[in-house]
Amino acid sequence: MADTVSLMKYDEALTRFEPVLGLETHVELGTAAKMFCGCPTGFGAAPNTQVCPVCLALPGALPVANASAIERTIRIGLALNCSIAEWCRFARKNYFYPDMPKNYQISQYDEPLCTDGHLDVEVEGRSFRVGIERVHLEEDTGKSLHVGGATGRIHGADHSLVDYNRAGIPLVEIVTRPIEGTGELAPLVARAYVTELRDLLRALDVSDVRMEQGSLRCDVNVSLMERGASQWGTRTETKNVNSLRSVERAVRHEIERQAAVLADGGRVVQETRHFQENTGTTAQGRSKEEAQDYRYFPEPDLVPIAPARDWVEELRAGLPELPAARRARVQREWGLSELELRDLVNAEALDLVEETVAAGATSGDARKWWLNELSRRATAAEVALAELPITPAQVARVAALVAEGSLNDKLARQVIEGVLAGEGEPDAVVESRGLRVVSDDSALGAAVDDAIAANPQIAEKVRSGKVAAAGALVGAVMKATRGQADAGRARALILERLGVQG
Amino acid sequence: MTSSELTHRTAAELAAAIASGEVSAVEVASAHLDRISAVDDRVRAFLHVDVEGALNQAREVDRRRAQGEPLGPLAGVPIAHKDVFTTRGVPTTAGSKILEGWIPPYDATVTERLRAAGLVILGKTNMDEFAMGSSTENSAYGPSRNPWDLERVPGGSSGGSSAAVAGYEAPLATGTDTGGSIRQPAAVCGIVGAKPTYGGSSRYGVIAFASSLDTPGPFARNVLDAALLHEAFSGHDPMDSTSVDAPVPPVVEAARRGDVAGMRVGVVREFAGEGYQPGVLTRFNEAVELLESLGAKVSEVSCPNFTTALPAYYLISPSECSSNLARFDAMRYGLRVGDDGTRSAEEVMALTRAAGFGPEVKRRIILGTYALSSGYYDAYYGSAQKVRTLIARDFTAAFEQVDVLVSPTTPTTAFPIGERADDPMAMYRADLCTIPANLAGNAALSVPCGLAPEDGLPVGLQIMAPALADDRTYRVAAAVESALTARWGAELLTKAPSLV
Repeated sequence: MADTVSLMKYDEALTRFEPVLGLETHVELGTAAKMFCGCPTGFGAAPNTQVCPVCLALPGALPVANASAIERTIRIGLALNCSIAEWCRFARKNYFYPDMPKNYQISQYDEPLCTDGHLDVEVEGRSFRVGIERVHLEEDTGKSLHVGGATGRIHGADHSLVDYNRAGIPLVEIVTRPIEGTGELAPLVARAYVTELRDLLRALDVSDVRMEQGSLRCDVNVSLMERGASQWGTRTETKNVNSLRSVERAVRHEIERQAAVLADGGRVVQETRHFQENTGTTAQGRSKEEAQDYRYFPEPDLVPIAPARDWVEELRAGLPELPAARRARVQREWGLSELELRDLVNAEALDLVEETVAAGATSGDARKWWLNELSRRATAAEVALAELPITPAQVARVAALVAEGSLNDKLARQVIEGVLAGEGEPDAVVESRGLRVVSDDSALGAAVDDAIAANPQIAEKVRSGKVAAAGALVGAVMKATRGQADAGRARALILERLGVQG
Repeated sequence: MTSSELTHRTAAELAAAIASGEVSAVEVASAHLDRISAVDDRVRAFLHVDVEGALNQAREVDRRRAQGEPLGPLAGVPIAHKDVFTTRGVPTTAGSKILEGWIPPYDATVTERLRAAGLVILGKTNMDEFAMGSSTENSAYGPSRNPWDLERVPGGSSGGSSAAVAGYEAPLATGTDTGGSIRQPAAVCGIVGAKPTYGGSSRYGVIAFASSLDTPGPFARNVLDAALLHEAFSGHDPMDSTSVDAPVPPVVEAARRGDVAGMRVGVVREFAGEGYQPGVLTRFNEAVELLESLGAKVSEVSCPNFTTALPAYYLISPSECSSNLARFDAMRYGLRVGDDGTRSAEEVMALTRAAGFGPEVKRRIILGTYALSSGYYDAYYGSAQKVRTLIARDFTAAFEQVDVLVSPTTPTTAFPIGERADDPMAMYRADLCTIPANLAGNAALSVPCGLAPEDGLPVGLQIMAPALADDRTYRVAAAVESALTARWGAELLTKAPSLV
């Protein structure tokens, strides 16, 4: 589908229009069993090996709700400051599609499990409170694979295959209220919301929240209204937004696209759009103008959910420390500035640094290694920091070796390189690569004597009182020892031999 | 014992004879399979007879007996199984072309429990397609016949089951009752049929018609046999979320006890008058007098909302079925039409459903789709749910005054095949008296109470009790059965014309 897209420059679009956002996030819960049957939920199994009469919708099969999924949903609701329904029901959402075995999805309609919450996010020092309209529980569909044709889409395909392994995996849908007043920060607010939500879900340990595997999926709603107007514009819903960066880009693109449409006197069509990862644009999908009638009605195969109040309070009391509280604590405990905290968070290094500190490193050392050397290597390898093949305990050991003087920073970097290359634990790398700092005087003495003999003018300068010139001699010693010398000890020996006070 | 003697014994007697070694389970199964061979080309109760499976199950019972393993109270007794229950390895169609040739890979909970109890499944019985109908004329495989008169319907939807039991092809049968689909065929075939409390018997593996109403239940030629079967397959099932986690009511004990002295019996005022066959009312009134003579305290009770049960039912059940039947889409099992490589999945779905569903099923899917659609939901489905609540309140109020309610099971006796086939409303009226118990989820049962004078066909007495008080329906039925059998000199069925 070739959209003829004209865009308005972002800054111009923002001077004329005010964006209103809405985000619908689907989260696959990491329960051992599916939502309505006992099938396993592991990712990546051979197609149609994790299925049974229930999730294949064989005639006669019936659903039974997964209690663990209900509990996780309530915990999500509580963490998002929602009210938890005292009584609610599942509902059937009826529509025909080959990857939906029953041709209805068991979902929730007008009686969601959790309602009216909020999540605070921070962007560039400003705090935004995102209202949460509802959190409800439903089941995932299967997956269609369209074979033949160029696009992998159904148009032009020779035939389609369906994998029902995913059908029936519990899915939580989290819907925000319309987010207004974000102005030019809209794309960043959207990204910050999804980031914060992801971290919160991770802290709750309810899902592995991997956007690239689809366990966290986001639909981004954007509309524009003329500045000063009171009526919202028509929104579009962009699906297939599979990374945090894509959330930001999708919002930005829709603002630029819709602004151009509106400025040209056109009207925005209410429709589903698909985000294109390669171009950062959105393409037209299904039009929602002929709204599909899902014929929702209460699911008669399932009894209502009526979570006991004392159980809900028990779950509330058992919530872990949530990301915002944790950031505040870390900032306080480690004495970080706002900027330092933000760097830590943006680098997604908070978990790693905290675990490194737990393994014995100082927070300063832990931050230094993760945010500098390791971030650089992650970027170069195009992987997430946490995916580097080094553990916080190993980083803590390297920091400890530096602190005790066995390594200097340069050697430590080599140790890290060795660990990342799979050469084993830090101590093993030190041993096998022979990286221990040389600090005993007999070994250093010869190198110092050589350096003085080879640089008579510099030695003379030092003797005459220009102590700073000793740095060049230290450098020569380090070079001669291939970096393994203890630089402080080398300097002390140089000054001693030249009869100067350090 | 001769083959004919074996097919005419009660289930309890057969179980006792097998347990004592007087006869083997294989002999009993063979006698019934022979009877099926002899008469079913006329009765057409079965869609599938599982000779090998039945004999294997019978052999297993004989083996267990020989080895001194404990046998249940119905071990070795043959049973006809409605084709709405899934049976592993045995074809299951729900009376529809859309499932022709489908062999389920799993057993319904009821099937599993029948097997565990040592019951010998003879085969699968005919039914109105997806249990939608009151005559089996909506079966894609043609109607079953009423053994009392082969030109008349055996009732429906579980008409194959009622015909099999009334035709002595099986002493027991299973059915499902959504709006009367056990009680109405039992009544018009002159046998006993019970609709347990909703959730009292598992729906897992029952091909769904209307989820909030479907209830598996037993057929038998006498009250005790029905109670034994009821007990054998009922009880909590974790695979069915709507299954009640409570002990099975003491139905067998109630069927054995069968006294009604001091019981308060309410006659539903609304179920009489226009549309009721005079002979049905005659026999019903006699049954009420009989109960009074047996010591029951009879009073008339008004349930004003029962008159709106039929329209409410015909909104709720089609709504649920329109969604339940959506899974028959040619993608994973069953019929597939038009898959020639040029058509989209949606086109194949549409062609398959057009070819695979019969007219009544389509009528109800369309009705239900309409009733649930945006803008009409409140007026139709929503209103019907309110009526449902009112009917439940009528029951609650009635059961504050009486222990059970009674009415005719059906307004008329068995009607001729073809008579109502083109008149859905006339067909729907067959369930007038049975629907309220489905909408409220109560226990109810139909027991024979005589033959209508004008046509000599069986009339059923319906007994309704509160949810989980199924035992009361058996108690009253056993009392009626015992008194009437004494009066007739034998069970009612002996008055039916012989098929051989």
